[in-house]
Amino acid sequence: MEGISKRYGDRLAVAPTTLTIGDRRSLALVGPSGCGKSTILRLVLGLLAPDAGRVFVGGVAVTPSTVIAVRRRIGYVIQEGGLFPHLSAAGNVTLLARRLGWPADRIARRAEELAALVALDSGILRRYPAELSGGQRQRVGIMRALMLDPPVLLLDEPMGALDPIVRARLQIDLKRIVLSLGKTVLLVTHSLDEAAYLGDEVALMRDGRVIQRGTLRELADAPADPFVREFIEAQRAPCA
Amino acid sequence: MRIAFALFVAAFFVALGARADDSGPPHIRIGSKRFTESYILAEIAAATARSAGPAGIEVSHEQGLGGTALVYRALQEGSIDVYPEYTGTIAEAVLHVPGRVDVPSLRRALAQEGIGITDPLGFENTYGIAVLAKVALDRHLETISDLAAASAMKLGFSHEFLGRSDGFTALAARYGIAGGHVEALDHGLAYEALARGAIDVTDVYSTDAQIERYKLKVLADDRGFFPSYQAVFLYREDAARRAPAAIRAIAALSGAIDNPTMIGLNARAELDGQRFASIADAFLRSRSGRRASAPDHRPSLVRGIVETVRAEGPRHVRLVALSVSLATLVGIPIGIWACWTRRVGRVVLAATSVVQTIPSLALLCFFIPLFGTGAVAALAALFLYALLPITRNTVAGLDAIPPALRESAAALGLGRWAQLVRVELPLASRTILAGIRTSAVISVGTATLAAFIGAGGFGAPISTGLDLDDTQMILEGAIPAALLALVVEAIFTALDRTVIPEGLRLPAITRLTE
Repeated sequence: MEGISKRYGDRLAVAPTTLTIGDRRSLALVGPSGCGKSTILRLVLGLLAPDAGRVFVGGVAVTPSTVIAVRRRIGYVIQEGGLFPHLSAAGNVTLLARRLGWPADRIARRAEELAALVALDSGILRRYPAELSGGQRQRVGIMRALMLDPPVLLLDEPMGALDPIVRARLQIDLKRIVLSLGKTVLLVTHSLDEAAYLGDEVALMRDGRVIQRGTLRELADAPADPFVREFIEAQRAPCA
Repeated sequence: MRIAFALFVAAFFVALGARADDSGPPHIRIGSKRFTESYILAEIAAATARSAGPAGIEVSHEQGLGGTALVYRALQEGSIDVYPEYTGTIAEAVLHVPGRVDVPSLRRALAQEGIGITDPLGFENTYGIAVLAKVALDRHLETISDLAAASAMKLGFSHEFLGRSDGFTALAARYGIAGGHVEALDHGLAYEALARGAIDVTDVYSTDAQIERYKLKVLADDRGFFPSYQAVFLYREDAARRAPAAIRAIAALSGAIDNPTMIGLNARAELDGQRFASIADAFLRSRSGRRASAPDHRPSLVRGIVETVRAEGPRHVRLVALSVSLATLVGIPIGIWACWTRRVGRVVLAATSVVQTIPSLALLCFFIPLFGTGAVAALAALFLYALLPITRNTVAGLDAIPPALRESAAALGLGRWAQLVRVELPLASRTILAGIRTSAVISVGTATLAAFIGAGGFGAPISTGLDLDDTQMILEGAIPAALLALVVEAIFTALDRTVIPEGLRLPAITRLTE
């Protein structure tokens, strides 16, 4: 990301920012609501066009002509999985592969593989999203994101709506998946604890700017400004 | 689900295909104006054509298309092939030539427009001067000249006849009727006044059914004062080429119906409440020497409804199905377009709303100059009416999609078209289907008005019933229309189960834990 910025009317959502994530590395964007972290994901996906600057994914600039190809190299998971209610879980997972004309047996094989990976019983895939629990939906969402085996994963508050136990299990599974597959990950969360658990590095944002980037230890030991210290102290208990 | 939707649209196209009837045996359409005599004459022409035409000839009666201007226009445009008319009307209202005009000169003038005229049928429907038959006998009255010579006659005329420049004053001058007291009264009351003896003489239409009821005598216009309104049939010359035998048989009716006969036929409809078709049938049977079938009074309401459904049902259903399916095919894309480009959307929705505020009958009539009378104009109006609910619901359905799902579809790497077809339209399908349902139900009702511009359907008995003030006949159209609306509701309830993706019909289960 080179010097991208985005405004909504008068409000600056993302100040000119440059962020780079190394291959197979993971970065967690953390910050209070409205700090611009989700906007950054949308800019990467080309769902929003930056007012200035450019985004590169795997060396390819995101432009109107490349955006669809770029999106297919990115797995995107949002809160509640963002599943389409009119399709079964399997239908959600395989939608793009079917659209791309994969042979049926390849689709079935891949879906089984992924079900095993996210620890879902394949019978559950026949259900509709309305018939799934929140955790199951999230796992189906992860399957859908991984279907084409993209090198990059964007996770937007993937645990947002889950209760603590389900959330903890999913965090463990997600970390295992990311490590075993070697994906490049950009995670958005407001939980510092989750950021530290899933991200190699943490970037703390406020008012559309990255205030400090580093490991959680670096941020805790040498906060760049009072906001960093305050934010970390507010969430101290869980990361102790 | 997409396949189901496609099937649904295809089903409507089958209905559309069912309309194509250009090949095969000829189809002759008989038109009529909106009054009893015209209906009866049209039925007589229809029955005559049916029995004369080649095997398989299809003859339909487009009932009560309107007044002279509309019906003549329908003939010019070919939406009807034949209709009954009067020589005086042709001269005045169609060709705009004044004075008495004979049939040969009308024939010459009409031939330039490709329209033929039969010889006179044998009766005139003009103003006449009537007295009670008994009085005529007692006082030896045969002609208006006899009346002028008679003394001490109490005269009573309608306001209209007294007011017209070619009315009573001119008549009195021509025949030298002595001045004196003339009573002015309402036309409807004049018959009673005659019967009571309050007046002795009044003006009538010469084939009025009341002439028979009150046993009146219409005095002969021996000085040729009244313009000639001889009944004839007008027909398109191309119809005479398509179905020569049928048109020849209709032309052969000339001289077959004299004034007393026509008065009798009118009386059967207006006083006895018989069906136009059965009156025509009885007339043709008696003419061919066969005995008339048992006196056929009106069928029961239930049988009338069954007959209406059989005769008009297919046309009504076709009107609704075609207009709603066209509105679906056009309305959904407009809705999508309106969603994608907001400015266009506002203009389009405003325009369709404006159309919705136009009274339906006015909208139907608006299309007559563009498409003529009949099915095409009706379809155009019904189509516009059906458009708004479908377009509006398409917009509402697409707008209601949560932004997160919209973004998910885009972020997945689906193209714009695939997002629409695979995700957005299925998610909006329930709302869109509800819009189509609203349109269909409204169309069933609005289509009854189509009969007023000659497109047929369940409105045909309604409009005729209104003309005749016949409640049963109105119900024979209104009840099937109401039943059809219920059927449409049931069909859409079934469609909701088959077309709407199953996942959308599940009640949302609130978060279960794993």
